[in-house]
Amino acid sequence: MTVDSSAASEPRRSAAGKAGTTGSKTGTKRTTRTTSRTTTSTASRTTTRSTTKKSTDPELVQLLTPEGKRVKNAEYDSYVAGITPEELRGLYRDMVLTRRFDAEATALQRQGELGLWASLLGQEAAQIGSGRATREDDYVFPTYREHGVAWCRGVDPTNLLGMFRGVNHGGWDPNSNNFHLYTIVIGSQTLHATGYAMGIAKDGADSAVIAYFGDGASSQGDVAESFTFSAVYNAPVVFFCQNNQWAISEPTEKQTRVPLYQRAQGFGFPGVRVDGNDVLACLAVTKWALERARSGEGPTLVEAYTYRMGAHTTSDDPTKYRADEEREAWEAKDPILRLRRYLEASNHADEGFFAELEAESEALGRRVREAVRAMPDPDNFAVFENVYADGHALVDEERAQFAAYQASFADVEGV
Amino acid sequence: MAAEKMALAKAINESLRRALDSDPKVLVMGEDVGKLGGVFRVTDGLQKDFGESRVIDTPLAESGIVGTAIGLALRGYRPVVEIQFDGFVFPAYDQIVTQLAKMHARSLGKVKMPVVVRIPYGGGIGAVEHHSESPEALFAHVAGLKIVSPSNSSDAYWMMQQAIQSDDPVIFFEPKRRYWDKGEVNTEAIPGPLHKARVVREGTDLTLVAYGPMVKLCQEVADAAAEEGKSLEVLDLRSVSPMDFDSIQASVEKTRRLVVVHEAPVFFGSGAEIAARITERCFYHLEAPVLRVGGYHAPYPPARLEEEYLPGLDRVLDAVDRALAY
Repeated sequence: MTVDSSAASEPRRSAAGKAGTTGSKTGTKRTTRTTSRTTTSTASRTTTRSTTKKSTDPELVQLLTPEGKRVKNAEYDSYVAGITPEELRGLYRDMVLTRRFDAEATALQRQGELGLWASLLGQEAAQIGSGRATREDDYVFPTYREHGVAWCRGVDPTNLLGMFRGVNHGGWDPNSNNFHLYTIVIGSQTLHATGYAMGIAKDGADSAVIAYFGDGASSQGDVAESFTFSAVYNAPVVFFCQNNQWAISEPTEKQTRVPLYQRAQGFGFPGVRVDGNDVLACLAVTKWALERARSGEGPTLVEAYTYRMGAHTTSDDPTKYRADEEREAWEAKDPILRLRRYLEASNHADEGFFAELEAESEALGRRVREAVRAMPDPDNFAVFENVYADGHALVDEERAQFAAYQASFADVEGV
Repeated sequence: MAAEKMALAKAINESLRRALDSDPKVLVMGEDVGKLGGVFRVTDGLQKDFGESRVIDTPLAESGIVGTAIGLALRGYRPVVEIQFDGFVFPAYDQIVTQLAKMHARSLGKVKMPVVVRIPYGGGIGAVEHHSESPEALFAHVAGLKIVSPSNSSDAYWMMQQAIQSDDPVIFFEPKRRYWDKGEVNTEAIPGPLHKARVVREGTDLTLVAYGPMVKLCQEVADAAAEEGKSLEVLDLRSVSPMDFDSIQASVEKTRRLVVVHEAPVFFGSGAEIAARITERCFYHLEAPVLRVGGYHAPYPPARLEEEYLPGLDRVLDAVDRALAY
């Protein structure tokens, strides 16, 4: 790995400029103190560069090409400069096991063991790269598809399946791994993340928060409000948007007329687009953004440009709205394949490693399968549990009525 | 300061001050709550004494206010957020209903949500549209929330203390037209339970049930009825969810007649729930159907018409007469 030390000495200034690429006419007005200085200087540069590219080939931070070739990046190389072959193998392992887990969950849904599954297929690099960038004391606010991030945070994958099987609505302790419950109402969690980050700042801690959301969520008012609040209070939060191109059946063009990362500029903080299928780039850019947050420089928007290779959920039918060719084009940019190519080309992994991982992968699939099948239905009275922390008279009354109703069957059976 | 006469708004102010003073995790946040002290001055002087980090002027975005309060609660804070007016709570309704109310249950009790949402509510102050509404039933329908509304200064002070100490989210409806009414507050008293109703006037012929701004009206109704030789009992519910049906039942078993009064529209209002439950509990005691007096099924009218829309002395007396005529 090469390190461009001159670039590493001022990553923040140059990176902040990423907020501005819409052109100097409207994009560089002095609206905030935090970005006006830097956007002015770099907006023209990035604009010039983007005009030389086709709009279908968006400008993004990339450290590994789809062919698995390591390319230099003056701004972000330093964030992965010290990465060891073992750590690279670790990232590969994370992605392979996450994909295996995901495939098992999809199969379990088909077998009727789960009611629903939201597959992360294709988004492994975005999730593992960003997830591995977090520190233990950081706090993660996921959507309902962040199985890879959960893996990085040490949440047991079988815990994620309870809500999809219908035995609970989450059920893991968010504070055990600083990984909040999955949030289904789109975009809501970005405000929780912002509030949590405001709390960190009040505590004087140097932890950071990362909020996950998608291209569809970018249209939600809560996401816009979270940008406003985080900017105004300079909250240590990273907004990690996985633009997987599809919000169920609606393409990104139905959500926005500007590249999503450029939204940040209007709120006064930097935005950057990263190759979401490049685990190394996602790791580097997220580390940079988290360090900005830790050092009091406020929020960052990271747009991980990726692709939802599967359906929105197991209930969805993508053949109704998108063409096979599109998926095939993205398969050529597969996140796992490209890291494998790189590992092989640089002799960082041998046959034994891949074979061992294959076995580990199958063992994980088996463990997940067995755990789900053994997962008991909740007790009937769980309906009334934890509705309130301090109790509620009506809940007590209805629980008692329910108990009496249940007991009435016992009498009948006893006759 | 032990016992002192103060306006209801001032009682809430003193209660917030005490909470901020005794617990560093308590925060006050909302639009204009800082330098201005809120549009009703309920938070007057708090930012000056506790700083901008504890008493926070927020961007003008209600969902953002409640959503970030949830995040702060996850971090261990106890936010008290102000929604400036009843009609402005709806941008935050999603966060309150889908997130705030359910977080404890969906985390299987691992996460507590000690958030108080203060909402000045109700009419009678001649305000413009969206400034006079009573949306309490829209929140009472949601499991996971607690809904309270004080009717006097002492309750305002103590119920706010208890709401802040609660590990559940509490929607705290403040009767804005009573903000300036003065009452005795004993800051060294030992308060009763937050969700228990209180008999404010004993009677034998009929029970009037109310909460928040309508308690004072019901007391006036009872005075007027007394002049006609009718003895009305007045019950201040104080809490809409949970609701103290036991106290209502005890009163109705004595008086055998019940009239419920609230500003909110009658249709699907809290009076409907009270009527259904009390009918079930007191079927053989009732001498008359439970009657309700409240707003009409129409948008809250322009201020010049609000006296016709809101329950007033004559309308409640009319309901009392009808109940007694059975």
